[in-house]
Amino acid sequence: MNAFLAILRRDLLLAMRRKSEVLTALFFFIIVVSLFPLGIGPEAALLKKIAPGVLWVAALLATMLGLSRLFAPDHLDGTLEQIALSPTPLGLLVAGKITAHWLVSGLPLVLLAPILGIQFDLEADALLILVAALLLGTPLLSLIGAIGAALTLGVRGGGVLLSLLVLPLYVPALVFGAGAVEAHISGLGAGGHLSLLAALLALALFFAPWATTAALRIALE
Amino acid sequence: MLHPHLTVTGLSCSRGERRLFSGLNLTVEPGEWLHVQGENGVGKTTLLRALVGLAPPTEGEIRWRGELVTQGSDDYRREMLYLGHYGAVKEELTPLENLQLSAALDGIALSAPEALATLVRFGLRGREELPVRFLSAGQKRRVLLARLVTRKATLWILDEPFTALDVKAVELLSGVIGEHLSHGGLVILTSHQAMPMPHGKVIKL
Repeated sequence: MNAFLAILRRDLLLAMRRKSEVLTALFFFIIVVSLFPLGIGPEAALLKKIAPGVLWVAALLATMLGLSRLFAPDHLDGTLEQIALSPTPLGLLVAGKITAHWLVSGLPLVLLAPILGIQFDLEADALLILVAALLLGTPLLSLIGAIGAALTLGVRGGGVLLSLLVLPLYVPALVFGAGAVEAHISGLGAGGHLSLLAALLALALFFAPWATTAALRIALE
Repeated sequence: MLHPHLTVTGLSCSRGERRLFSGLNLTVEPGEWLHVQGENGVGKTTLLRALVGLAPPTEGEIRWRGELVTQGSDDYRREMLYLGHYGAVKEELTPLENLQLSAALDGIALSAPEALATLVRFGLRGREELPVRFLSAGQKRRVLLARLVTRKATLWILDEPFTALDVKAVELLSGVIGEHLSHGGLVILTSHQAMPMPHGKVIKL
């Protein structure tokens, strides 16, 4: 457990020293989401209808931006090799790295989403559902993304390949995440969508660190 | 438990399609060190990476304390320290943070005074709080080598440990290695320099 906290501290410290990379993804999220109301015009009904989808797609893309940085810098300077050779199980350290990635690039999206949602004339309770869905969904994006980042490690042109690999896997999160808010607005209740998201998250929490570890071992050979 | 020793039998390694070496046998006992020699590209690093378990060999087996070394053996990784070509230090962090965080990742308790004393020993006095990217190549190397002392491993596997070091640092490192050997440690290293240390074995690839 101490090693888990140590790698979490290490990655957060590194993110603090490289603030620009983190802020780029956040501003990307803010700008992409803000472009839609500007482009479509002040039609409240239409904006309300597209809001969940736009916010979720922007969240997917913003998460993608940071994914290639999850393992690549450590791979380049050889610290990943040291992490793999550490007596601490690699799965635990990988879980720590994924947690740090979510804290840096997922959690801020969750916190920003309600503010951005106001631009789309979403009601307070719809914003609450949006936050709940993102809170369940963004860790899922980090977990799935980590598998892709590990698989494309060291591959030339890995960035584009990573998007092609990971974005299709994000479809369930997008469907249930955006669906939760839409279902709530139309009065159907978001419970079903949110429990499906939670189930996906539980599944990914179990499998993703394991799959990522296996992919990293192959990349290091 | 058997005393710490490393045995390699019938080891073959290839890189892609090319067979680098085959039928390699060697034993390293406590207090001994092994000097892996050979021209560039002959497979020295590949041998070391096979020994630490990063790249599985094509054929043959590697045993530590009589037990087969596989990628998953935690005991072996606890007792073994591998320092490769890479810097393996984080440029954004200070030498002190690098040393303490890598100890924490390995599950080793390392107090700040102990870490500072080690950095001073490796000639980094006054550089403890400076991000590593402001240090010279030799100093970066010293930050990495400080782990030899703090990690407290039995088997050291070092790939070109003397690169980028000045005369004083070479002397210091030879001293640290000598001390480790006299305490019953094992060292396997590659180097193009002649090594003035007793109880050495040489293997030419």
